[in-house]
Amino acid sequence: MSSDARTHVLTRIRRSLNRGELPDEARAELDRRINEPKPGVVPARATGEHAALVERFVEMAEFAAATVTRVPGMEAVPTAVADWLKGHNLAPKVVAAPDATLDGLEGHGTLEVTRGVAHPADQAAVTPCFAGVAETGTLVLLSGPEHPTSLNFLPDNHIIVVRASQVVGGYEEAWAKLRAQGAVPRTVNMVTGPSRTGDIEQTLQLGAHGPRRLHIVLIDDHRRGTDSGEG
Amino acid sequence: MNATSLQFKENAHRAIEDEKLKKALGTMKVGFREKRAAAVAKLPEFEELRDAGRDLKNHVLENLDHYLTVFEARVKEQGGHVHWCRDAEEARQTVLKICRDKGARTVTKGKSMIAEEIALNHFLEEKGIAPIETDLGEYIIQLRHEPPSHIIAPAIHVSKEAVADIFRETHKQYAADRPLSEPRQLLDEARDVLRGQFIEADVGITGANMLIAETGSTVIVTNEGNGDLTQLLPKTHVVLASIEKVVPTLDDACTILRLLARSATGQEMSSYTTFSTGPRRADDRDGPEEFHVVLIDNGRSGMLGTEFQEMLRCIRCAACMNHCPVYGAVGGHAYGWVYPGPMGSVLTPALIGIENSAPLPNASTLCGKCEEVCPMRIPLPRMLRHWREKEFERHLPPARVRQAFRFYAWIATRPKLWRWYTAAAARTLSIWGGKRGRIKSLPMAKPWTDARDMPAPEGETFMQRYKRQQKAGGKAA
Ligand code: SF4
Repeated sequence: MSSDARTHVLTRIRRSLNRGELPDEARAELDRRINEPKPGVVPARATGEHAALVERFVEMAEFAAATVTRVPGMEAVPTAVADWLKGHNLAPKVVAAPDATLDGLEGHGTLEVTRGVAHPADQAAVTPCFAGVAETGTLVLLSGPEHPTSLNFLPDNHIIVVRASQVVGGYEEAWAKLRAQGAVPRTVNMVTGPSRTGDIEQTLQLGAHGPRRLHIVLIDDHRRGTDSGEG
Repeated sequence: MNATSLQFKENAHRAIEDEKLKKALGTMKVGFREKRAAAVAKLPEFEELRDAGRDLKNHVLENLDHYLTVFEARVKEQGGHVHWCRDAEEARQTVLKICRDKGARTVTKGKSMIAEEIALNHFLEEKGIAPIETDLGEYIIQLRHEPPSHIIAPAIHVSKEAVADIFRETHKQYAADRPLSEPRQLLDEARDVLRGQFIEADVGITGANMLIAETGSTVIVTNEGNGDLTQLLPKTHVVLASIEKVVPTLDDACTILRLLARSATGQEMSSYTTFSTGPRRADDRDGPEEFHVVLIDNGRSGMLGTEFQEMLRCIRCAACMNHCPVYGAVGGHAYGWVYPGPMGSVLTPALIGIENSAPLPNASTLCGKCEEVCPMRIPLPRMLRHWREKEFERHLPPARVRQAFRFYAWIATRPKLWRWYTAAAARTLSIWGGKRGRIKSLPMAKPWTDARDMPAPEGETFMQRYKRQQKAGGKAA
């Protein structure tokens, strides 16, 4: 059925467009367009000095109903996480991505950390990210053995650790970084604020099926000029 | 779903008298229109992006065969499967076969308009497989056995009291007297019920906002996160996508993403935009083991090269219906099929035939608001006019209307006769209108005068007055 249908659909498209199969040069041109991607219209707000982009990232993430804590280095992350949990009356317990950049997490006396995939009963997840996009305060998360996707969706609370050096202006810059890294993972999640719905009488509710709260711990490492991150 | 588009008039009548519906549709002003306006105002490049979006999709449509074959090849390179389907029946059979191969008893579903278009739920149920909608709005209407009434807010017509009623009726596992008066309580209950379903389902079905040729990825844009759980927890992920969804690169996808959420809900970006590429990798700890893309034509290829080709640029943002005075008055069900509002009035005749949807192109005042807000700059009013012309050519309007138009054409092309006739009519109607200058009932326009009086003309035509004033040497009053 399928190969017949394939021929039929493709033939039908060509007939409607009043042509046969595209000539070789035209196809080569289209392949070039695919294999050498170019950004289209990039908004001005996605460009500028890196320090300004980091500020914009924070502002836009908060606009999307995420919360942000800024810390000077990884060593301050466990306390920031524990404080945030306490502030929301949550037990000091998280499931964290098995990613080496989060290795300092276990250092905090009271914070109980398990590593691996999320289970429905887990209340809070901590994950790294691949990039933060200033344009809309969006976080780009890549699936992989060190970052199971279930962490991004099952727990009620999602805490994402992002380094200022990972902040880029627009989405296209994140794609360029991804291409430089090689293969595309199974799942790329662009996350902008917590889960929400307006499906009942158009009343906005946070926390539909995904996390109710999205908290960002931003490590201000750009002043030190280090560059590290997931992947 | 059986279309009732031919009964648009009756459907609309019923809808207009429905006070609850009126109240529900009233939320669109703040909920959609004001938010969109604010988001657009915040992005100076928005108009430029609209041009770019239009040009991008035009380019894709002209080269659709090539982009689809590249997309297919890259899905396969990543270990996924691609199934081509000519029509709804082939698409349904394809999904059924995948489900049967996996021994699936329940499937969870993310919101997908193409699934509605091919009436997948009903079909799967018949075959003994339980489809469970997981988008809150879709879940509500599934329980109520209703079609969606809006393409991004499927339950916009349902009040929270009605949601509470159907939840009490369905979710017997909870205490009968639990409080359910607040949207929050309703949401929490649905979330709780659906959590279990996500985990039990054997197959997860999502739609696709885009397909990326560069990477062989499918893209969904959601706010709830249900589409993500749907494709993450079951062993098999099936993506339903119509063929016009493909774009060349990830960068091209950005153009559409920058337009989509702003036009739809007035957000800068929806909460979740997810790119899925093949099944889980060998060392991944979660994710589906199988990845299937069902590519569905169902009438699209036939729209290429016609005056309706541009409709295929549509990204299903719903801005056109959110701003449409007709949709705002009658709601989505009146349109009688899957796609309501201006985009539906253009698309439905193309997909199910004008003979099954003749009234739809007339369900518009041609006010132009839809084209004004359409992010893809689709000339909706022009296409509605095309359908009206086609409809007229088919001689489907009643004989009386055709006769009237013929009479009008005959008289309007004879100036002397026209002047005599209009002068006589103006005089007669003026006398009829009496001192009040209003006519309570006109036999030829009864439905119109039923609801209002017709103002009577003042007894003179424009030409008569003009001549009189010219003679008197005065300026036109
Ligand atoms: S026709 Fe335009 S405005 Fe309407 S849903 Fe499609 S893209 Fe959006």
